[in-house]
Amino acid sequence: MINFQYIRTTTSKAAVDSLGKDKTAKFIAGGTNLVDLMKRGVTAPEKLIDINNVPLKQIELKGNILHIGALATNAAVAEHAVVKQRFPLLSQALNAGASAQLRNMATVGGNMMQRTRCGYFYDITMPCNKREPGTGCGAKEGYNRMHAIFGTSEACIAVHPSDMCIALAALDAQVVIMNPKGERKISFVDFHRLPGATPEKDNNLQANEMIIRVEIPLNTLAENSYYLKVRDRASYAFALVSVAAGLELKSNRIIKVRLAMGGVAHKPWRLTEAEAFLTGKDATEVNFKLASEIALKGSKSFGQNNFKLKLAPNSIIEALNQAKSKA
Amino acid sequence: MKNSLLKDDTDRVDGIDKVTGKAKYFAEYQLPGITYGVLVPSTITKGTITGIDSKAAERAPGVLAVVSHLNRPEVKGYEASNTKPVPNGTLKIFYTDKIAFNGQPVAMVVADTYERAVYAAALVKVSYNKEIHATDFDENISKAKPPRNPSSAFYVRGEAEAYKNSAVTIEQEYILPTETHNPMELHGMLAHWDTENRVTVYAKTQGVKATQNTISSTFMIPMENVQVNSEFVGGGFGMALRTWPVEIAVVMAAKKVKRPVKLVITRDQMFTLVGHRPHAWQKIGLGADQDGVLKGITHHAIGQTSSYEDFTENIVNMTKFMYKSPNVNTSYKILPLDVGTPIWMRGPGEATGAFALESAMDEMAHALKMDPIAFRLKNYAETDPEKNRPFSSKYVDEAYKLGADKLGWSKRKNEPRQNKEGQWLVGYGMSTGVFSAGRGKATVRGVWYADGRLLLQSASSDIGPGTGTGMVQVAHGVLGVPVNKITFELGDSSLPPAPSQGGSATMSTVGSAVHDACTALKNNLAELAANSGMSVTDPIAEILKKNNLPSIEVTKESSPGNDQSKYSMYSFSIHFVEVKVHELTGVVKVSKIVSVGDSGKIVSPKTARSQMVGGAVGGIGMALTEESVIDHRYGKFINNNFADYHVPVNADVPDIDVIFINKPDPYTNPMGAKGMGEIALIGFSAAVANAVFNATGKRIRTLPITPDKILS
Repeated sequence: MINFQYIRTTTSKAAVDSLGKDKTAKFIAGGTNLVDLMKRGVTAPEKLIDINNVPLKQIELKGNILHIGALATNAAVAEHAVVKQRFPLLSQALNAGASAQLRNMATVGGNMMQRTRCGYFYDITMPCNKREPGTGCGAKEGYNRMHAIFGTSEACIAVHPSDMCIALAALDAQVVIMNPKGERKISFVDFHRLPGATPEKDNNLQANEMIIRVEIPLNTLAENSYYLKVRDRASYAFALVSVAAGLELKSNRIIKVRLAMGGVAHKPWRLTEAEAFLTGKDATEVNFKLASEIALKGSKSFGQNNFKLKLAPNSIIEALNQAKSKA
Repeated sequence: MKNSLLKDDTDRVDGIDKVTGKAKYFAEYQLPGITYGVLVPSTITKGTITGIDSKAAERAPGVLAVVSHLNRPEVKGYEASNTKPVPNGTLKIFYTDKIAFNGQPVAMVVADTYERAVYAAALVKVSYNKEIHATDFDENISKAKPPRNPSSAFYVRGEAEAYKNSAVTIEQEYILPTETHNPMELHGMLAHWDTENRVTVYAKTQGVKATQNTISSTFMIPMENVQVNSEFVGGGFGMALRTWPVEIAVVMAAKKVKRPVKLVITRDQMFTLVGHRPHAWQKIGLGADQDGVLKGITHHAIGQTSSYEDFTENIVNMTKFMYKSPNVNTSYKILPLDVGTPIWMRGPGEATGAFALESAMDEMAHALKMDPIAFRLKNYAETDPEKNRPFSSKYVDEAYKLGADKLGWSKRKNEPRQNKEGQWLVGYGMSTGVFSAGRGKATVRGVWYADGRLLLQSASSDIGPGTGTGMVQVAHGVLGVPVNKITFELGDSSLPPAPSQGGSATMSTVGSAVHDACTALKNNLAELAANSGMSVTDPIAEILKKNNLPSIEVTKESSPGNDQSKYSMYSFSIHFVEVKVHELTGVVKVSKIVSVGDSGKIVSPKTARSQMVGGAVGGIGMALTEESVIDHRYGKFINNNFADYHVPVNADVPDIDVIFINKPDPYTNPMGAKGMGEIALIGFSAAVANAVFNATGKRIRTLPITPDKILS
């Protein structure tokens, strides 16, 4: 292994200060992705800043906003009573991800920061613009069964791997970020990026910034929400396609709808046009189908992932069916 | 989980050791002065090494050596075997500058800690002269050739390709992708030269005697100068049935640094260095008359191998005797590609072949509008139509009935898409598996002590089935000694010889030797009792005391008799499954499993049941999830890790009902047992594919059956 320094911090300010001082430093929390990447030689930080003792594990409702600390574990969030009751979509998404062991270690902030699982990104003998800009994209003409159908670029067709983030994108969450100057807040859907010409950047977090917490406003979707994850085996597999669907229904009329997809883009893929189409319409199979067709506008496949052009709209319909039938 | 016929009784003799961590696997051994090896794999797929720059690695802290073809110690067996015809031989590691597959070890760094060896290995710079490689099976299929040893795979009974002349015909192709064994335990070895001429290894092997033999012949030292220890093995599934070149590299490196060297390969190296189930293409032709009587069966297969070695397996053999058809012909070719040599993987070629034959049988039943079981019974072979002799025992007809009743086969409609639960289409499928019930030669030493303890020893292995437990139960059956007073020692090359654990033959082979040794002990004791005027029912302590003996001891070699040439001996399995297929997402769930084993007398009910359960889990993997994917532009595996190579998880596996016929076979061995490690998996994937067809009307002939294939 390549040697590195290891330090521990106990405050977010100290953490941000340490990060600012050292360009090759990285935060480590659960380490469920970072350690793998270090073992595979994908990344080689010279310093690891352990932030596990920073008090950012809170999960609490403040007024109309649920605050989830960046260091709350995936398991703690998924099993939290308020989350299960008021944000079941988030709980379902978290439990659809990884394995029980990983969820016990992984944190909310770390989940947002996890890198793509593209095989070319992980194998340092292969070309990958995300790992090593300028080397090319191995997946585009290679093994791309798992890859994106939305928002791809010449440089990269990788997908964002998280389940939790798909639910958070659907739930209009906000991300609170700390930097040496103070705090800033951005919409969750703006946190992750599309690859464009700079696929090495997964998100809009700056080099000296730290995720402090996620905030989710209370909503009217809890009664009718469903996280569908389609995958090659029933657990411990990344999504071929996933859909976070939440509905507010009055009799059968859709008052409000939130839809986001995973396994289809470099970031959680919010389906705003499909949402706009469905709002005010009846929750019928016909409308779900029309919405799924709208959602697929602009999609593009690369051979082995052609099936996603069918699986994605089917999954939207199924997720909406399930969300509706919860009533 | 339920066991339908037999009471679970004896626990695994090593169960507590395994779950408490007391059981020690090869990688857990430490020796004074131990060092660690880390491999430098080739990054090209075919060509030659033009240079190895190891200066930086050699200067790195803790590094003792960078072993490669440039500086390896002399390996006498490698030189001696140069006189034999090439290339049909094992890959000689660190021998030449030739690269035969991606990931082939180019060098091994040995350092005083694992971390330092990993670091230094990354500093070794290798340059290559790259040649065009061929790893794509489909693209190269025209280069398939008959194996050097053409075996019994080329077979004609009656007229070849006769199926074409029948009233109803089926002709289809079936594809199995490369699969990787992926047991939990990684492969490797710990080796130490005790003297210039004597080596001790801690191995992961299915055969300590085979490993001993390979090391002995490779380094040209006497057998007794090679000590192989392998008491516990964390899963083998066939991959530990040979001593791989990478193990020879460890012995070589230990010779060079004159200290113990331990190598544990990485998960991605498990895909390249220790074999795999080879990619296979098959074509089946079936012809039947309108009443469902088979008139012709044709089965052609091509299996992948490496460029330097002919690996063959029995893909087409089942077709020759499973159903009585007057006309049968089979052929089998191999396709050399620039990959590592394959190896048997549980149920080996038979599982590949059964997927095709049993899928085709289902297709024909559908074409005939017959129930698949009725169709099979119509063509039931009461005697072996290949060898024209009786089966030693066969209760497959009974097994069909038992399994069908248990699963609820009557719910199945012959037309697909008739059963639905919401968005889930429900289907039912079945298939048959068969594997040779072979028996070899083994020797067991038995010592029966005055205090009633019984010690049994044989250089057998336990890769998981519960060898020790089964042997203890055989001994208990002969002598009546309580199972907790019996110890069976294995996994040590200095013990009396036994063959490798493979081909479902351990119970038949070693169990027979245990039986014979215990019978001899019983006779000896009876003789001692008689000589001293006592009864054999008197306590052993008193009989031995009277004879002034601390114990009695026998060493007994046991071999099969000539019944093996009079009868065809096979174990059979019948698998029934219910699947649910989601119409919109294409997800397939196996929701019920009934596996019926026709494997003679069940000696150890609990471990036997576990075998069947494990086979069903492996069968789910073969049917639904497992595929090792190569990016042919690079000749390299792209999903070579546990996140992307999908072995089934608990959530994929429903309760499994296991039924045993449990009738002793009169001819196989003294216990009347037949092997069952392979049949547990053979045929299972076809049962799933057949159930998917029954659910959806879609016939998937390329495994695994993933959602994309359902939706296409």
